[in-house]
Amino acid sequence: MIKLASLKTGIKTEIISIENSSIYSKLVEMGFLVGSTLEVVFKAPFGDPIAIELNGIVISLRKDEAAFIKVRETK
Amino acid sequence: MKIALFGNPNTGKSSVFNLLTGLRQQVGNFAGSTVDKREGFLAIGKAKHSITDFPGAYSVYPRSKDEKIVYDLLTNKNQEIYPDAALFVVDATNLERNLLFFTQVYDLNIPMILVLNMWDLSAKRKIEIDIEKLQEAFPGVQIVTSNARLGFGKTRIIQAIQNINLEARKSFFIKDYLIAEINDQEKQITETTLRYQKIKKLIYEVEKINEVKTDVFSRKIDKIIVHPIWGYAIFIVVLLIIFQFIFSFASIPMELIDGVFTNFAAYTSQILPTGVFNNLICHGIIPGIGGVVVFIPQIALLFFFIAILEETGYLARVVFIMDRLMRPFGLNGKSVVPLLSSFACAIPAVMATRTISNWKERMITIFVAPFMSCSARIPVYTLLISLVIPKIYYFGFINLQGFVLFSLYSLGLVAVLVVSFIMKFIIHNEEKGFLLLELPSYKNPRWTNIGISIIEKIKLFIFDAGKVILAISIILWALASYGPGNSIEEELVKTKELKSFSLLNKVEKERELASVKLEASYIGRMGKFIEPVISPLGYDWKIGISLITSFAAREVFVGSLATIYAVQDDGATKTRLIDRLKRDRNSKGEKTYTLASGVSLMIFYVFAMQCMSTLAVVKRETNSWKWPLIQLLVMGIIAYLSAYLAFQLLH
Repeated sequence: MIKLASLKTGIKTEIISIENSSIYSKLVEMGFLVGSTLEVVFKAPFGDPIAIELNGIVISLRKDEAAFIKVRETK
Repeated sequence: MKIALFGNPNTGKSSVFNLLTGLRQQVGNFAGSTVDKREGFLAIGKAKHSITDFPGAYSVYPRSKDEKIVYDLLTNKNQEIYPDAALFVVDATNLERNLLFFTQVYDLNIPMILVLNMWDLSAKRKIEIDIEKLQEAFPGVQIVTSNARLGFGKTRIIQAIQNINLEARKSFFIKDYLIAEINDQEKQITETTLRYQKIKKLIYEVEKINEVKTDVFSRKIDKIIVHPIWGYAIFIVVLLIIFQFIFSFASIPMELIDGVFTNFAAYTSQILPTGVFNNLICHGIIPGIGGVVVFIPQIALLFFFIAILEETGYLARVVFIMDRLMRPFGLNGKSVVPLLSSFACAIPAVMATRTISNWKERMITIFVAPFMSCSARIPVYTLLISLVIPKIYYFGFINLQGFVLFSLYSLGLVAVLVVSFIMKFIIHNEEKGFLLLELPSYKNPRWTNIGISIIEKIKLFIFDAGKVILAISIILWALASYGPGNSIEEELVKTKELKSFSLLNKVEKERELASVKLEASYIGRMGKFIEPVISPLGYDWKIGISLITSFAAREVFVGSLATIYAVQDDGATKTRLIDRLKRDRNSKGEKTYTLASGVSLMIFYVFAMQCMSTLAVVKRETNSWKWPLIQLLVMGIIAYLSAYLAFQLLH
């Protein structure tokens, strides 16, 4: 299990937990839920922000936003 | 019926709106706020329905000023603007996420129609949606498919509106659904999480994906667009192309418009009886309106390009690659859009900051946007550069004049970065900014959407900026036409008695009298009054007059100088003006326009806040006079000090 902020590109994962934070509600609205599948598809220069594919849509997240999400690799 | 258009961002909602209302739409304001309200009309038979396009939202609970509009609307059933029905546009390729907001509005029991837009795209991605099963989950709501960008679905939607079901329904999530208080985060989160659980179950039965959903095409393009080297290189090239178009191509229609208004003013002054009224119309109102209209080509071109960048999906990537660079300055990646727009005009730019959720990031963006050199500064720059910068070429192709122009723009950009950086430490804000931006798939731009978007922005410019510019033009006209007591009459009499005057021909006499009149008027006196303050910058009272008149709009500078120097206002004004200015000498006998004073003046115009219209819009967007006044002061001080430094160093 790793933090989304450290996840490498191209690995399919599943969300295990989302830490509470000021943007928690916004993350949930966008579809970040425990059990949702996601994958880092590319990163900006400097590695921040990152673009992740969540249920087919691409959303960009700052690294410190991604730090609240923990994921686990799926097959 | 009052129909409201809801949906997530990037679902093609605007395309649906445009499809149904065509050009029968107008932009206004939602009462008590500054968010753009797009309202249009759809006639079905004898019935005329109003359709209001609301800002896209992911849920009824708002994350930004834009989205708060929806929340405010839906939480108060007793308002007049509460919709009679709702058209909910969903991106068929992202059904699950889109259903969150949909089910919230569904549970409010508003008569609804569900539009599954981008239907073609979902077919391409081999996403099968069982519409019948979906219908079972949402009885009482007609479901139609569409591909609004290409124009498909209009008939189906219209039919659905005609047959709309107005009866009460069973809720999807919870009976008697009540929208939670805006600050009750816990309740909101619980609701959202539980809703998604129910939605996930529904999706499982309703949606079958036969292939991986990924948009391979977009991913391939993204590899280049977000590349550390190519990404930024492409962005710079895009910027250069935009500028090339603005500078070379916009000048043709601009000169045409300028000529039309000048001729119209001259013609009108012939046919109207002489007197104050004639004066007001021909020297106040017509030039005032002309001063606004002349910028339309340039602004239209710039917004044309920005619209293309947005429609294709590229603009989101620009925000993506710029975010990390903008954060150290207290800005958000989303600030790129207003800052780019400021190259045309700061007014739509300031309005574009509404998508920035964090108050501090938004304030800083609004504050620094006017430092980006707008279209109105261009006539001032080009006049002064032609006047004091020699036409030299270095290495055979680097044009000194062009380089100076580029430097002026860069100076504005430097100011943006420095001032933002300072403000980052001055403004205190607990809330953290965030990006959380959706990157839509790349698409071909829909030209009708772009056309409509440009027309909207131009209307904003004309009505917001236009009103203020016209009002101030009239005030300045009055100040320039009248003087204290009999001063004007006395000066005119004195001039006519001069021997040198009698030697001039009729036209020259008129212009000389106009110049004398201006000098003796209130504005002339104001110019002389500020002369001691501006002479350390290298300016005399004549430039002083032009600085004052520039407060209506920066480009008025050129016209004012033309009047002061009694240069005839026609097609060759600029060349004649430049000749006349080159020869001008101040009271000490030195040349007025030297490299030092010219550069100082240019720099003054880079930094000074000389646009009442922008101040008016900032006041509206920030709901107080505090920010625009601080802006005026700070920019004025920076302008004064920089111009002073420039003059003293080059002198």
